[in-house]
Amino acid sequence: MKLMKSLMTAAVALGVAAPAMADTTKVGFVYVGTPGDGGWTYEHDEGRKAVEEHFGDKVETTFVENVAEGPDAERVLTQMALSGHDLIFTTSFGYMDQTNAVAAKFPDIKFEHATGYKREHPNVSTYGARFYEGRAVIGTIAGHMTESNKIGYIASFPIPEVIRGINSAYIHAKKVNPDAEMKVIWVFSWFDPAKEADAAAALIEQGVDVIMQHTDSTAPMAKAAETEGVIAFGQASDMAQFAPSPRVSSIIDNWAPYYIERTQAVMDGTWEQVDTWGGIASGMVKIGDITDAIPAEVKAEAMAIEASIADGSYHAFTGPLNKQDGTPWLAEGETAGDGDLLGMNFYVEGIEGDIPS
Amino acid sequence: MIRLEKRPVPSKLWTYLTPIAAVVATMVAGGILFAFLGKDPVEVIRIIFWDPLFHPDFSAYSRPQLLVKAGPLILIAIGLSLGFRAGIWNIGAEGQYIIGAICGAAVGLAFYPMDAWFIFPLMIIAGAIGGLLWAMIPALLKTRFGTNEILVSLMLVYVASNQLASVSQGLLRNPDGMGFPGSRNFQQYPAAYNAELIAGTGMHWGVLTAFLAVIAAYILLNRHILGFQIRLTGESPRAARFSGVRPKLLILFCMGVSGAAAGLAGIFEVSGPSGQINISFNAGYGFTAIIVAFLGRLHPVGILLAGLLLALTYIGGELAQLMLGLPAAAIQVFQGMLLFFLLAMDVFTNYRIRIGSPEAA
Repeated sequence: MKLMKSLMTAAVALGVAAPAMADTTKVGFVYVGTPGDGGWTYEHDEGRKAVEEHFGDKVETTFVENVAEGPDAERVLTQMALSGHDLIFTTSFGYMDQTNAVAAKFPDIKFEHATGYKREHPNVSTYGARFYEGRAVIGTIAGHMTESNKIGYIASFPIPEVIRGINSAYIHAKKVNPDAEMKVIWVFSWFDPAKEADAAAALIEQGVDVIMQHTDSTAPMAKAAETEGVIAFGQASDMAQFAPSPRVSSIIDNWAPYYIERTQAVMDGTWEQVDTWGGIASGMVKIGDITDAIPAEVKAEAMAIEASIADGSYHAFTGPLNKQDGTPWLAEGETAGDGDLLGMNFYVEGIEGDIPS
Repeated sequence: MIRLEKRPVPSKLWTYLTPIAAVVATMVAGGILFAFLGKDPVEVIRIIFWDPLFHPDFSAYSRPQLLVKAGPLILIAIGLSLGFRAGIWNIGAEGQYIIGAICGAAVGLAFYPMDAWFIFPLMIIAGAIGGLLWAMIPALLKTRFGTNEILVSLMLVYVASNQLASVSQGLLRNPDGMGFPGSRNFQQYPAAYNAELIAGTGMHWGVLTAFLAVIAAYILLNRHILGFQIRLTGESPRAARFSGVRPKLLILFCMGVSGAAAGLAGIFEVSGPSGQINISFNAGYGFTAIIVAFLGRLHPVGILLAGLLLALTYIGGELAQLMLGLPAAAIQVFQGMLLFFLLAMDVFTNYRIRIGSPEAA
């Protein structure tokens, strides 16, 4: 009976779908991990749900998860395009070439690629968040809070986006604590809970008592929770389930407003190619609640930095700053241009170790 | 009482019947799983197995994609099956695949932006040699020092993926890529691009090579003394030795062939569908091929069919995610069931079921 019913529903859906298609906007998402990662993909999926909630019946959203950043991505994108999507968000850096390749074949479908820089066709936009602004805030907290003066950083891939975050966190930790050191471990994956947990364990063994991550899962949090006195920051999502220990604050990606705005633009027929790089000011980057584990004056200082970045009076990369090898980069009072930031492939002075190459 | 009785000889009928029975059992068990997930089982099964082949909107695209996805799986699995038949376990095809891709791509990129007919063939040769040499490490360690080739070849996968990470950020990085990891895209370098032989068919050199490998393996196993030796070694190593098989040479041969096949698959993939060397271009083909080899009963024609079937579940699985919001994990469970049922059904090949108490002897 139930089977019959669902069969009939399916038949009805198939039959009715075609005429209804015209006023339903179909939005697809491609995920590198799964929404259950509690981090990066989770936040994109929250954005997707926000689109559904905002537009109700006028929109239909779909997603494919765990899509490898290779030929599989191109196939998934093509299938999405063929199945009548109007707008497709590809939410990982590694989908860059595939997004552009598929966009070339489907000029009527709009593509939005997260964190990339290639817009080879008029129907491709890119969007990203200035996570480094958030790093400035939590770097300040980290500098104050570390007792061993060793801050650990679990890094994914040595691309400018990640290197920017390491530099920003280090600069601001160093500013409040000249003895602070940064220990970086590269795991070469966005989402690999086992590797991320191993990296956290290795950092803690080296005496690190503050852990930051630029990977997608909550595994480093779970690892840090096992050791007394280690604090950590939520990455991409709030990870509030790990408060009060080890989570003391977080950097949250808030994609929902952007996704709603872009979906609206497709509905209105006003969609145009853009390159969006939103930060704290536009609300794309948010700082999660700073818990009571942080002393009030540290919290106040962190929030002051957040506020000064938001109102534009302060830039996270303000000179004087030298590159790691000692060559001058920014003069006193000079701030880094976006071009410099987007291609950043060097550590600032004081960080030890090499960027893998 | 139900009991199993060993057949004197494996049943011919069941050898052919088990794969079909396994697919049917997977559909039933998978259907139950999908029903528990709140999806219409019939619709899911239809989307996975039928739509990629016959859906009016998708099939024109997904039928060729079936070849693209199955090609490397079949090519690697054919190579592996020779060794597996002889009891030589190369588990590290993924590593050989990566190294083959790196070596071939390096040759191609070294010539950039030159345009000449010989660049692509050179890349292919370099890819095969790369995979072959990577497989020679566990092979030589085994013949020389008696190490376990399963462990060594598997561990070398991790070495290879670190090599891949390293070259995508260093040696082979696209100089025009603004410091981002990943090589130049071969799709934009015609002399080195493994394009479709006939546009819109998915048929590229790698798929063609995979088909040729199926034929070659079939001839080798059935018509050639070497094939006889491989089968004999697997079935009875002692008898093989008496009949003049040189085990060390056979190990080197089987490992070498499987390594070269994996390397070829790697370079065809990286110069074609993947387009560029980057940190995560290897999508686990080397491991999936092991499943394909066993699903195909280590028989060349079986592997051909198994590769196509598994490719179908991948492509159909993505469609099911897209159209019904089925979680990716459910598709993986479904693929796992397929192998599980195949191995379970094997019981019927070697045993028959007897109902009732054992007869008094």
